[in-house]
Amino acid sequence: MDVLQLIVSGLANGCVYGLIAMGFVLIYKATEAVNFAQGDFMMLGAFICLGLTNPQFMGLPFWVSVPIAIAIMGAFGYALDLVVLRRMFGQSQIAIVILTIALGFVLRFAAGVIWGHEPISLASPIAGRDVRFGGVVLGLDEVMVIAVTGILTLLLYLYFNRTKLGVAMQASSQNQLAAYYMGIPVKRIHSLIWALSGMTAAVAGILFASKGSIDPSIGLLGIKAFAAAVIGGFGSLPGALLGGIIVGLIEPFSGRYMPSGYSQIMPYLLLFLILIFRPHGILAQVHAKKV
Amino acid sequence: MRTVFKTSYDADINLFRHPQQMGWYLALFAVALALPFLLSNFALGEATNVLIWAIACMGLMILVGQSGQASLGHAAFLAIGCYANILLQTRLGLPFLITFPLAGLIAGIAGALIAMPMTKLHGIYLAIGTIAVVILVEDFIVIATPLTNGVIGLIAPPIQIFGLVIDRYSTPNLLYYLTLAITLLVVLFYRNLLRSPLGRSFAAIRDSEISAQAMGVNVARTKTVAFGISTGITGLAGALMGHYAGIFNNETFNLIISIQLLLAIVIGGLGSIHGAFFGAAVVAMLPQSIAVARDFLTRMIGGGSIAIPGMETAIFGLILILFILFEPMGIYGRWVKIRTYFELFPFYRKDMFRRQKAYLKTERMR
Repeated sequence: MDVLQLIVSGLANGCVYGLIAMGFVLIYKATEAVNFAQGDFMMLGAFICLGLTNPQFMGLPFWVSVPIAIAIMGAFGYALDLVVLRRMFGQSQIAIVILTIALGFVLRFAAGVIWGHEPISLASPIAGRDVRFGGVVLGLDEVMVIAVTGILTLLLYLYFNRTKLGVAMQASSQNQLAAYYMGIPVKRIHSLIWALSGMTAAVAGILFASKGSIDPSIGLLGIKAFAAAVIGGFGSLPGALLGGIIVGLIEPFSGRYMPSGYSQIMPYLLLFLILIFRPHGILAQVHAKKV
Repeated sequence: MRTVFKTSYDADINLFRHPQQMGWYLALFAVALALPFLLSNFALGEATNVLIWAIACMGLMILVGQSGQASLGHAAFLAIGCYANILLQTRLGLPFLITFPLAGLIAGIAGALIAMPMTKLHGIYLAIGTIAVVILVEDFIVIATPLTNGVIGLIAPPIQIFGLVIDRYSTPNLLYYLTLAITLLVVLFYRNLLRSPLGRSFAAIRDSEISAQAMGVNVARTKTVAFGISTGITGLAGALMGHYAGIFNNETFNLIISIQLLLAIVIGGLGSIHGAFFGAAVVAMLPQSIAVARDFLTRMIGGGSIAIPGMETAIFGLILILFILFEPMGIYGRWVKIRTYFELFPFYRKDMFRRQKAYLKTERMR
């Protein structure tokens, strides 16, 4: 059952990529900006949960610290938009790209100072346990990751398409000026979406930390998540998940069936193929460029 | 305030706006020529480093400052230029005078080919795609170990031009003059590019893609050309960097270098040649000044030396954030503001350099 285990672990990794990708797709959908620090948000979420849970820090029960960590990351996202990004309102997207990259460096440094650069593992009750389906043994952590990601994607998708706030978020990205005319508080919507994206990143971080040890440089996973988002279709929530899963599945299989050194570049090669043959991704959001 | 009264068509295309400006630049050039006699060998090496970085920054500036596209992958083109230059010299035995322009050409063509699928899309795609390029190039150098010697790295031979041996350690002032000459050529190219139809269409794309298209600019092709020229110049800088560093491997040109390049041009001031030089000076000097500041602090506090890993990149990041938030026009922009203040003395107003803000619209339909 080698192949099945490869598939499940690939799916679990892919779901984490998908969740990170979803974080910046959320921001992109509502503000047209791209948060290059999303991977570092994920890292920060994981470390906050770790700091609350692990006995050498605060030692809270896991199920108490998870909601607290998610709430802290939500508040962090909101505050970040309020203090830093709101000043950039109306400026070019490239400036925001550069700003968020720099932010990522600062966050990584801060996490390194607080929690150290050594890999630490989260004292999580779902790590290291098995689930048996017939003759197949699967890690509980991997099953949890897949299940939680599926539920979260569905919720976010419904939120964006069915609720008033979600539609307002879409409106504020489709045409800021028109959204203002319709009475949508665009700036507050932006802060809310950063909060939401911070919360998604916290979930991704906690799930990732349940699968193994973490250190401040895991934020670099964000780069793979970018590849995932572009493959799936930038701006589409199901697309982000799909792209994440594709990237997650490609890695273990190319690691197994191809010479060493190729497995880590396969996602990026796929990214280039997609950019050449289907530039807007598998679930494309752009149909024709309107003037 | 000086009013330049143009009496001929040539006045529009002159390199210098008025004789006094020419005087200033000639004085600067004289100082640059005299530098080897004024500085120690170590300081001269640093000056060479600043000039090499300035070339790389000018390369990226053409893309980011002039045509408004972001690239996080220019380290990859430094690497391509560097490896192309050294490999052509050691494997094929070509002289530096031929391999150096070829290195730029190869990096430029590689850049244009890579950018081609992405230039039809939104600028964000170029930023993401170029991150992937850096990672791919780093891994390809390892995969192509028989050619590139992988993680062990390559050693750059001394440059030989008509029997003159140019090496960083034995003849630092020759390397400095060579770099200075190349820098001057790149500056001249850059200046002339800006007033050519191509340079004008770069500016048009930066300011509004839609109106550029309406004026008959082929947006995708112009972006590709901009990327190609930009990576070509960066490749030249990479070739020089290889000779300057002496030894390099796959990790010499990583994502951090790309980001430092971006940092340099943002801090220096986007869209100006001066900015490229200011930014290069800041980035090349910053590690030294951080080290000095750290030594100073440890002496003040006493006790052991403070060495926090990752502090350098964090300081880079913090400076970048502060500049983007409070002085988006960079050091050069600040200088222009100060100069304007004195030129118009009582009439300077705070909002004179205020930028137009734009409401965003998506191109997604769903």
